[in-house]
Parts: sequence; C-alpha cells; structure tokens
Amino acid sequence: MSDPAALLIDFGSTYTKLRAVDLGNGILLGSGQGPSTVTIDITVGMQTALDNLEERLGALPDFKYRLACSSAAGGLKMVTVGLVKELTAEAARLAALGAGARLVDTFAHTLSKRDVANIIAHDPDILLLAGGTDGGNSEVILHNTEMMAASELACPIIVAGNKSAADEAEQFLREAGKDVRVSNNVMPALGTLDIEPARAAIRSVFIERIVHAKGLDRANDFFDQLLMPTPAAVLEAARLLSEGAPGREGLGPLLLVDIGGATTDVHSLADGLPTEGRILQQGLPEPFMKRTVEGDLGMRHNAGAIVEAAGRKAVATRAGISVGEIDALLEGIARDVEHLPGGKQERTFDAALARAAIQIAVKRHAGTVEIVHTVNGPVAAQRGKDLSQVATVIGTGGALVYGDNPTSILSGCLYSEDEPGSLRPRNPVQLLDKNYVLYAVGLLAEAEPEAAFDFALGSLEPVNDGPGKEEENELRVTSG
Amino acid sequence: MTASPERGKRTLVTGVIGSDTHIVGNRILSMALEDAGYHVVTLGALTPAEDFIKAAIETAADGIMVSSLYGQGELDCRGFRDLCVEAGLQNILLYVGGNLVVGKQNWDGVEQRFLEMGFDRAFPPGTRTDAVIQLLNEDFAKREADVGAEAR
Repeated sequence: MSDPAALLIDFGSTYTKLRAVDLGNGILLGSGQGPSTVTIDITVGMQTALDNLEERLGALPDFKYRLACSSAAGGLKMVTVGLVKELTAEAARLAALGAGARLVDTFAHTLSKRDVANIIAHDPDILLLAGGTDGGNSEVILHNTEMMAASELACPIIVAGNKSAADEAEQFLREAGKDVRVSNNVMPALGTLDIEPARAAIRSVFIERIVHAKGLDRANDFFDQLLMPTPAAVLEAARLLSEGAPGREGLGPLLLVDIGGATTDVHSLADGLPTEGRILQQGLPEPFMKRTVEGDLGMRHNAGAIVEAAGRKAVATRAGISVGEIDALLEGIARDVEHLPGGKQERTFDAALARAAIQIAVKRHAGTVEIVHTVNGPVAAQRGKDLSQVATVIGTGGALVYGDNPTSILSGCLYSEDEPGSLRPRNPVQLLDKNYVLYAVGLLAEAEPEAAFDFALGSLEPVNDGPGKEEENELRVTSG
Repeated sequence: MTASPERGKRTLVTGVIGSDTHIVGNRILSMALEDAGYHVVTLGALTPAEDFIKAAIETAADGIMVSSLYGQGELDCRGFRDLCVEAGLQNILLYVGGNLVVGKQNWDGVEQRFLEMGFDRAFPPGTRTDAVIQLLNEDFAKREADVGAEAR
C-alpha cells in the first residue's frame, strides 16, 4: 500500500494550483494547475486542475487531507481602525496583515461621516476596531462603534480595543444587528502588542463567513477544509521552517520574500532585538511573526512604481539598458499584465525590477539604526527589527522562480554599505521555493508538521554559495 | 509597562524628553508614583515630545511628567502645551523637572518661563519625590473639587 498523501489547494486570483504530497516521505508527488474561475464557478477551475494533476500522476491517490487556502475574489479585504496612528492603529494594522489580509485602508482617531462612507465604499470583508490601551481611552472606540452601528456596513466587525469599552461596544453593534466578535486588545498596555488573539478571530471569521460569502464553498466536495487566506498559509510555512517540527530542528530566525504581480510581501520570523552592544531600542515593539505588504511594488500591476521608487538610472544600469529604453518596456508591461517576459532584454529588465522590488520591500520591513547625538556623546538608537544576523532568507514568487539569475534578484534583500543604517541580513543562506510549495507547507503544518517540514526543506533550493556552503549540505542531508 | 490600571487609579505618563539619556531620576520618580497609587506609563529616555502626547491619548492619562537633565529642556519643551491642545488634551496636568537649563540661573526665572509655556508646575534639581507626590495629590483634589463645583 502506498503512503498516505495530501492534496493542498490554492485558489489564487489567476490560477487554481494543486500540490500533492507524499506524507510518508515528505516529498512532492506532483502539481496540477487550472484557471481561477471563482467569478463564474469555482469548481470549473478546480476540476481542470485536478484533471491536470491526474494526468501527471497517472492516477490520483486517496488523499488523507484535502486542505485549501485562497486569495481569489479579492483576497481577505480588511479595513482597520485605531486611535493613535503609530500605536493602536499600527497594532491593528499588524494584526490584519499577520492574518493574511489584504488591507485596503486604515483609520485613526474618531471616524467622521466621510470616513464611514469611505469604509463602506471599500466593501471590506472584515472591519477591525481597536483603540485605547486597557483602562485607557474608551471615548474614541465607543464613538467609532456608534458610527459603525448607525451605518449600513454589513460585514463582520471584530472589536479588539480597550477592554473597559468592549462590553459596551459589543452591545451597540449587536443591537444594531451587526455580526460582532470581541477579541483581546491588540495593545493592552502602551508599547505592548498582543495581536495573536485578533489574528485568530480574523481567521475564524474567514472560515465561518468569508469562505461562504465569496462562493468558495461551492467547491466543498473537492476539499475538507478551506483554512486561511493564502498569505497566512505562507506565513505559517515560514513559522514552521523557523521553529521546526517534532524531532526536527528549525532554521531559527528567517526572512521570507514573496514577490507577486501586484504586491511584494515580506515575512520575518525573528525577535529583531539589537545584536550589538549598547543600542537603545525605540518605538513600538515588533511582533515576532511580522508580515508587511508593499502595495506599490508589484512586478506587473506596479512595475512603473518600482522604477520610480528605485530610480530609473539604478534599474537601467542593473538591467544593462539605457534609461530611454525603460519607458518602452514599462509600456509593454502595462499593455498586457498577463504577458510573461520573453526576449533577453525583457528578462533582464524583469530581473532588475524584481531585485529593486525586493531591496525596497525588505528595507521598509527591516529596522534602522541611527546615531543620536546627546550631550554625553553619540548613542545608537534602533527602530524596528535588527535582521542583520538572520541566517536564512527564502524567496518565492514567479519573478524569482521563473526569472533569470534568482541569486542576483534575492540578493537585493542584503545589507548594503550604501545604507549602513538599514538592518538587513548580512550573510544569510538564500533559498528558493522552486516548486512554489510554501502555501502547501503552511496548510499542512498543523496536521502533519513533520512531513510538512521535510517537504519544505526538500523543496527549497540554495541559490547562493559562500557562507551557506556547510548549511547547504546539511539541508540536503536532512531533506534526503 | 504595567497591566491595565485599577478602576479609580489615575494614569500618569513619565519620560525623559529630547536627546537626553539620563534615566535614573525618572525611574526613581516613576517607582515612587506607583507606590503612591498612580498608574504609571513609562516612556524612558530619548522620548520626543510627540510620543508623550500619543501615549497620553491612548492611555487616557490624567497627567504628563516630563524630565530633562541635560540643559536643553527649554528648547525641547517649547510648545508642549500647544501640542497637547492640538491633540485634544487641553486640560491634562503637565509637570516638568530636572536640570532644565544650562548654567547657574535664578530658579524663579526658570520656573516662570516653564509656567508661561503652559506647565502646571516646574521642579528644580534635588526635589524629593514626596514633595512632587504631595503637590500632585493636591492638584488632582483641587481639580475634582472644581469639577464638583461646576456640576452643582
């Protein structure tokens, strides 16, 4: 009898992707792909993908698990509200991003009628309301709750603010007929983050409500559970790789970069505390599991924005083209965002874009250190995470997996002498998710952590030599 | 940072303003305030004026206690009350203390300048924590009486 197998499904916005995994050996059996047909009938694309997988495997095994994630139908669209932009509004933002949401807007302080109209126009799947530390300000969250209660907003609302105001807020919303859940305050005390409960609340609303609301449950016969949004699955994969599984040591602190057509996601699994001597940590503490999304850095929908952010000259130099040639290439991309780079010039331009996107995205994600001059002399002050000692960087996304020279692209995330204050990884092993399996690893992580871990390590291909040589061999041994 | 305040406890935000790393006195003050029954939100050293205000908003603080030990206090504290007013904290109690100015200057003049800036009280170097706490208690009691009088 063959080993048990798992079917891992990603209902994406363009493709329906399948990965079949041998659970006994923790290896990939095969992949299948079909179009994304959520807008018409999700089962059509799913059946096509399954037929494709069957064709490649010969016959489909009996699947012990059939687990799915989704970024189709606009992903998990969220709006967050907090009090002070840099405090509870930031904590709410981090919670939503960590839950794999597509954050469409964030608000701070009291909501005006215009704000409420904007929120309704965004048509979010979930609204997250925070504000005030426990025992702190309750007026603003109660005002905002009243505004939402009086509005026509129909989506579920998660209240995760000052616990002294939670009962009243819940009552307002319930009496107004809203679907409301109360979670722990995302910032119970000033400077203390507690975003895991809010993340869990978001995920349960996703499973209970959003899967149905988006028509994803029409494919119920094809899967046992649709567990989470795709970015959350990728983050779970990063967590498993970092922490390890029973009998398997994890990779420790790591950084994961996911470069897509519309956004570039960066996930870090690291405490990011200062790694050098006497450095003062300033600002809000960072979550150990942190996800940031750069909505202006996408290989297809935002190629022009990448060039703007990186500088035309820098991109042209990297691609070996003249500045004048950039416009024509960008026009080509804008004309057809589905177009995949063909000729040599298009491919080198794509690689330059991808490297720039990764460089900027990781720079925004990583912390900074700067020298503050005091009367006692200079003091180094750090904001955000110090990722300089992170030993592993993982890259995923089409531009990396299918592009030319993934080593050069992924190296965009590294520390640079030009920006000594940006605390990016100095000397990591760089791994490539060559078969695009990380979402599948994340889906499998809870049910079969050992198989998921082995499967992940076996699928990640080292792309740099140098500091990673030894580590590279170890990885091969572990995964063999 | 401590857990949420018990009901009825007043909340105070403490910190050392500007590019000032002298944290010891501020810590001693914060501990004494806790002991005296206040809920204290400590921001520590190197705190920009804006961060005091942001913390006071989220925690619905009743007062802000600004320390400055390196002689630049006058520059750092300029416009502090205005920032509070902008942020909707016009009635928050503001105290400042430490080595507020450089050189040997007459304390009365220094105090006067900080009161004009909108601080409710200013304290010279060497002030005992019990003196501060006694004045705090008095100021809050007076405010409560004023509010009570208005209500009647």
